[in-house]
Amino acid sequence: MDYKDYYKILGVSRDASADEIKAAYRKLARKYHPDVSKEPDAEAKFKDVNEAHEVLKDPEKRAQYDALGSGWQAGDQYRPPPGGQRQGRSYEFSEEEAAQFSDFFSSIFGGMGGGMGGARGAGRSSGFGGAGMGGDPFGGRGADQTARIRISLEEAFKGGTRQLRLEVPEVDAHGQVVSRARTLNVRIPAGVTEGQQIRLAGQGGPGLAGGGKEAAGDLYLEIELEPHPIYRTEGKDIHLKLPIAPWEAARGATVPVPTLGGTVSLKIPAGAQSGQRLRLKGRGLPGKPAGDAFVQLEITNPPVDRAEAKAAFEALAEQFKSFNPRAKLGV
Amino acid sequence: MSKALTTIEGMLLDEGTVVTLSELTRVCGISQEQVRSMVREGMLQPRGAAPESWRFTGIEVRRTRRAVRLQQDLELNLAGAALALDLLDEVERLRRRVHCLEQHLAVPHDAEGAG
Repeated sequence: MDYKDYYKILGVSRDASADEIKAAYRKLARKYHPDVSKEPDAEAKFKDVNEAHEVLKDPEKRAQYDALGSGWQAGDQYRPPPGGQRQGRSYEFSEEEAAQFSDFFSSIFGGMGGGMGGARGAGRSSGFGGAGMGGDPFGGRGADQTARIRISLEEAFKGGTRQLRLEVPEVDAHGQVVSRARTLNVRIPAGVTEGQQIRLAGQGGPGLAGGGKEAAGDLYLEIELEPHPIYRTEGKDIHLKLPIAPWEAARGATVPVPTLGGTVSLKIPAGAQSGQRLRLKGRGLPGKPAGDAFVQLEITNPPVDRAEAKAAFEALAEQFKSFNPRAKLGV
Repeated sequence: MSKALTTIEGMLLDEGTVVTLSELTRVCGISQEQVRSMVREGMLQPRGAAPESWRFTGIEVRRTRRAVRLQQDLELNLAGAALALDLLDEVERLRRRVHCLEQHLAVPHDAEGAG
C-alpha cells in the first residue's frame, strides 16, 4: 500500500504545533469540501485531509505515525510489520469510521483491517463519497452516497432507463470492509437538467448488520449533461444559433429549426439582424412548466466566388450606396 | 445466468417534488428541531403555516443535506452554514452565467489594419 505523508497533505512541517495543524486542516477542509470545491478530485483530497487531521491532531496517533520515521516519500510502498503486529496501541473505530480511512491508516491504527481499496462512497464525511449524517437519530443507518451520471441531452429530453455499475463498500462475514460491484437499472425522468439529483431510497451504503433494508443509506445520482454539438442548456431552456441567409433576414422568411422534439418552422421577421433572439415557448426540456428554446439569428453570407455572385453583390452595393452600417460608431 | 434487473424509480429533487417535515427529517437524518431552526434562520422556506402542514421542495431537500454536511464537516454554526449556502447558490448561478456567455463569444482572429 502507498505510504501517506500526512504532514505534506496538510502542508505543515513535521514539527508543526497543534494550532498550526488545526489551522492548516480547517483551511484545506474548506477548500476541498465536496460541497464547495469544483475541483474534480476534491472528494479524494478532502478524504486525505480528514485522514491526515485524524492522525496528527491526536498526540498518541501522531507519535505512532512519527515512529515510522521520516525517510518516506508519499506514494512509497509501505508494508506493515509481518504477522499483523502493530506497534503501539490499537484503536477502536466504528465500521463507519474505519471505512472512511485508507488501507495505510488501518495498517497503523487498526480499525476494520480490510481497506476500502479505493471504493467510493464510504465515510462519515460528506458529499460525493457519502455521508452518514453524524448524530444520526436513526442509529446505525448506512451512509448516503452520491454518484455522477453522464447522459446525453437527447436522453434528458426523452427520459429512459440507465444501467449503472457501482462500487459499494460492504462488510463481509469476517468483518472486513470489501468493495463489491453492483448493477442497478435506474429510471431517468424526462426533463432532467444539469446538476439535478435523483434520490434512490435504500440504495446507498448498507446499514449495520441486522438493520435490514430500512437501515441502508440512500443513493443520490447527480446528472451531468454531455456537451451537445448544436444546443447548449441553461436549466430547462435550450439555446441554439440559427444561421440565416441575408435575404431571409432582410425580407423575412419561414425557416426550419431543429429542436429536441423535432424540426419546427420559425417565422423570421423582415429586417431581422444578426444576434437577434427569438423564443420558441415550451420547446426546451419538458416539465411543468417546460423550458423554452431560444434561437439566436446569425446572418451567414453565401460564398461569393463566381462572377455572377460578385455581380449580384455589386448590384446590392450600388442599391444601398447611402447605407452606412457603422453610422452609430461615428465613422 | 443473468437475472433481469428491476428498474428503480427515484425521486427527482426538483421544484416539482414536495415532501413533508417528517419526510425531510428522515431523508436528511436530522431532527424536527433542526429543521425548525433552519426555517427560523430563513434557510428553508416551506409552504404552509404550521410545521404539520409544511411542504418542502426537492431543491430544499438538497439544500438541507448540504447545510447539514457543511455544519458537520466545517464546524459551522447555523448562521455560518446559511451564509455558505447562499454564497454557494450565487457562485453556481454565476458559473452558469459565465459558461453561457463564454459560449456566445467567438474566437477572435487577427485582422489587418492601416491608418
